[in-house]
Amino acid sequence: MGKRTVIPFGPQHPVLPEPIHLDLVLVDETVESAIPRIGYIHRGLEKLVEKKDFQQYTYVAERICGICSFMHGMGYCMAVESIFEADIPERAKFLRTIWAELSRLHSHLLWLGLMADAFGFESLFMQSWKLRELILDIFEETTGGRVIFSVCDIGGVRRDIDGATLNKIVNILTDMEKELREISHVFFNDHSVKLRTQGVGVLSKQAAFDLGAVGPMARASGIKLDMRCRGYAAYDRIKFKPIVETEGDSFARISVRIKELFQAISIIKQCVALIPEGDIKMKITGNPSGEHFTRLEQPRGEVVYYAKANGTKYLDRLRVRTPTFANVPALLETLKGCALADVPILILTIDPCISCTER
Amino acid sequence: MSFIKKSPWILHYDGSSCNGCDIEVLACLTPLYDVERFGVINTGNPKHADILLITGSVNEQNIPVVKQLYEQMADPKVVVAVGICANSGGIFAECYNVVGGVDKVIPVDVYVPGCAARPEAIIDGVVQGIGVLEEKRARAKKKIPAKQQNGV
Repeated sequence: MGKRTVIPFGPQHPVLPEPIHLDLVLVDETVESAIPRIGYIHRGLEKLVEKKDFQQYTYVAERICGICSFMHGMGYCMAVESIFEADIPERAKFLRTIWAELSRLHSHLLWLGLMADAFGFESLFMQSWKLRELILDIFEETTGGRVIFSVCDIGGVRRDIDGATLNKIVNILTDMEKELREISHVFFNDHSVKLRTQGVGVLSKQAAFDLGAVGPMARASGIKLDMRCRGYAAYDRIKFKPIVETEGDSFARISVRIKELFQAISIIKQCVALIPEGDIKMKITGNPSGEHFTRLEQPRGEVVYYAKANGTKYLDRLRVRTPTFANVPALLETLKGCALADVPILILTIDPCISCTER
Repeated sequence: MSFIKKSPWILHYDGSSCNGCDIEVLACLTPLYDVERFGVINTGNPKHADILLITGSVNEQNIPVVKQLYEQMADPKVVVAVGICANSGGIFAECYNVVGGVDKVIPVDVYVPGCAARPEAIIDGVVQGIGVLEEKRARAKKKIPAKQQNGV
């Protein structure tokens, strides 16, 4: 039995783009337990509903997180629209789906890059981020912004994408698919990647279920959980199946996310083929009254929006349960018994988004 | 700024931002913008860094961390506040937990606007930071006391 040591990890650490603090209790080189300490990004956004009215809050919701900014805006808008019992125009639903899947592409590519960086594969990091820039260019062309683009609004979307641009997006994605195949070939077949990820941080199906893991973390452990199957926005008219792996290790999580990249491209192509003509926004008047839960699938997993309105222009309460928050218990479970050198990889496999978690 | 004597090394810290500016800071390092070709390196060690890039409006828990990082950096040093939250608090200015702007905690030399700040703007801010760095270095040579130098 070796000596017990506590190593502080973070808040400022090269592998973390965002601050989180973990106290790692080590016996020799093996992690015995990890004690998280969060709160470095807490801003108090939920309280802000008292100061910004429900229209203005769309902009705040988009800034809960800069990576899945569009998804947060969409979740908030969907919650408020449900309170109004508004059925938004079909074209707006398809446009939302397209932007949501583009967000998923950009988020997963970002994550693959960070993951490659974490296991020391610098050129793979650069290649992933090079592909990601293509997605950001699409965002810039269709909305004017690169990461935060405020295109979702209560009652629909603010901007339309014309037919020529939609076809252009499909062409860009078709070209990108080839390059994605090359990158994914490295992730799936490279010997050193396998050594760093296979069998590292195994989370069993039962543990994933008990700890309430969501998103790719749950799907990599064999739980078929994908909120898109609920058919919000235009997902009810799209053909897709949740991607599930059974190994539950870091390699399975990489595999789920890479397959979701191809799935996202296929969903966007289907949307472009099916998108109807029509309005992109409906007029919503008055103030909301009532409450509603909305669940949707972010790149990191299921996000829950709860909004309660009281008939004035300020909401009573807004609660957001974000996927990283749900995945932290699963992370602490996988950290137990791993080597100290594997800690950065394990922290990254849940795709942590601390600013979502703490708001 | 007539010429640059040294490529600056960057320390990036997220002082409670939404992530938007942070991924743009990282995007500066990757193939499209690639500042590493000029020798600009994103280091994790505050003692190696010349320029501190801070994003976000800095919340209560982050104040000691930001101060500590700033104090650990060797003179001369420059602070660049990236994004509107780091400049003034931005959309989060009214939140109960934020101080609203990095300059309430440590002295800031260059302000980069934007939500999220674009990579071009961040690179421009860093280039301006190099100018400030050279100025500070020149003043340090004339042995002006460190306190005046930082403008504290």
